[in-house]
Amino acid sequence: MWVLAGIVVIAGGFLLRFNPLLVIIVSALVTGFAAGLDPVRIVATFGHAFNETRYVTAIYMVLPVIGLLERRGLQARARTLVAGFRGATAGRLLTGYLLFRQVTAALGLTSVAGPAQTVRPLVAPMAEAAAERQGGAPEDAERVKAMAAATDTVGLFFGEDIFLAVGSILLMKGVLEGYGIMLEPFQLSIWAIPTAIAAFVIHGSRLWWLDRRLSREGRGAR
Amino acid sequence: MIGLNLVYAVAGIAFAIFALLSVRDRRFANAAFYALITVSFLFGDMLGDVANGVLVLALVGIAASGQMRRAEAVAPAEDRHGAKVFVPALVIPAVALLGTLAFKHVPALVDPKQATLVALTLGTVIALVLCGTLLRARAAEPFVAGRGLIDDIGWVAVMPQMLASLGAVFALAGVGEVVGELIGAVIPAGSVIGGVLAYALGMALFTIVMGNAFAAFPVMAAAVGVPILIRQMGADPAVVAAVGMLAGFCGTLMTPMAANFNLLPAALLGLKDKYAVIRAQVPTALPLLAFNILLLYGMIA
Repeated sequence: MWVLAGIVVIAGGFLLRFNPLLVIIVSALVTGFAAGLDPVRIVATFGHAFNETRYVTAIYMVLPVIGLLERRGLQARARTLVAGFRGATAGRLLTGYLLFRQVTAALGLTSVAGPAQTVRPLVAPMAEAAAERQGGAPEDAERVKAMAAATDTVGLFFGEDIFLAVGSILLMKGVLEGYGIMLEPFQLSIWAIPTAIAAFVIHGSRLWWLDRRLSREGRGAR
Repeated sequence: MIGLNLVYAVAGIAFAIFALLSVRDRRFANAAFYALITVSFLFGDMLGDVANGVLVLALVGIAASGQMRRAEAVAPAEDRHGAKVFVPALVIPAVALLGTLAFKHVPALVDPKQATLVALTLGTVIALVLCGTLLRARAAEPFVAGRGLIDDIGWVAVMPQMLASLGAVFALAGVGEVVGELIGAVIPAGSVIGGVLAYALGMALFTIVMGNAFAAFPVMAAAVGVPILIRQMGADPAVVAAVGMLAGFCGTLMTPMAANFNLLPAALLGLKDKYAVIRAQVPTALPLLAFNILLLYGMIA
């Protein structure tokens, strides 16, 4: 039961606004001590896992390209482009991106798009430009950008499990095999489809609401 | 064979340049932080577990010192290249896409498990070259600009990796088993809706705590999924596993513990509220969680 102390440290540390990296390492130490591990073993376990998961941080290699393009007017250009589409609204644009993200993730192409690859340089500025044109207030820019990031994540999560060879499918197969239950990846991935459709409908309706709100604000301002 | 070695070499070089540029500008805390990440990328496999752990402690020390500085604001850029500026931006996803498909056919040359990451790296390098040829950027220019972006992200950059490592310590300490026992103990015997709720909400809640549905799944499968839903109530294992995992994903949308999906985009987009992305996701996550519970219940009852 004492090993749950690490979870209390995490929750308390985040709540009291200590530096999150410090909270994480203290939680690891507290959990390890509670389980009777010695400090060196805890540090070594943490270090080993850190080294094994470097691919998570490797994505920042795209920053020099994104940074340069932004200083050469990428976001300004994205705005001009959206301004040229008469029917483009923030909601429709993001709905299209949601579908693109779900379909590509379902084909196993999870790293093709993402916050660094597509949202910051392309999707967020385009959605923001469309929202401005719809007459959204300046304080809506923050909400639209957050919605662009949210749309990316929803599309990824509720698309990727349709792909057969994704980590979560293999994990499920492996865990169930441990109980003597044999399943093919196909049987698991087919059951990701109903939730993928529900995710598109639910998030899509929220994007439709976003459009309604933006244009209502636009009318109110005029 | 080409695999993570290429990916880590390119990432390591990028961080090495960030570190050098920071030294030049006398931003020493930032420089030390990026230098340690460089060491991890380039030499992590040679260091050994304890040394890697000490490297992490040093990263935490720098982050907690509060000495890391954000980038200085740059004037918004004007549209001076026209549509040409999109080319490098689109080359990255395009090469990632085509490379992923193409590399699957040369398993001897490129590690098939890392095809997308290798392709993404290749796309980044091509885009960087295009920045020079097409937009006539000087060699250092992209890195100066990229350094500005990483400075704004700051230590949040390694938080996803840190949380993943915390998960390894939790696993070693047996946190999952304890939580599983607690949740398993509250289900009324023979109640289908009780079992479904405990399983799906348990997946979501445990994911919120751990930041990762992958950590929650083995625990909830052991506590509720296999013994109660599959063995006792005869549910289809494929439905229980797949829908349970997706209920966990709904939890991932709502937790700051899933830093790479929730906090990192907020930092990357420069949002004032670092929880803005989570706030934008909760109204999708909750109805979707309810849908998963109903789907599971409908398939069992």
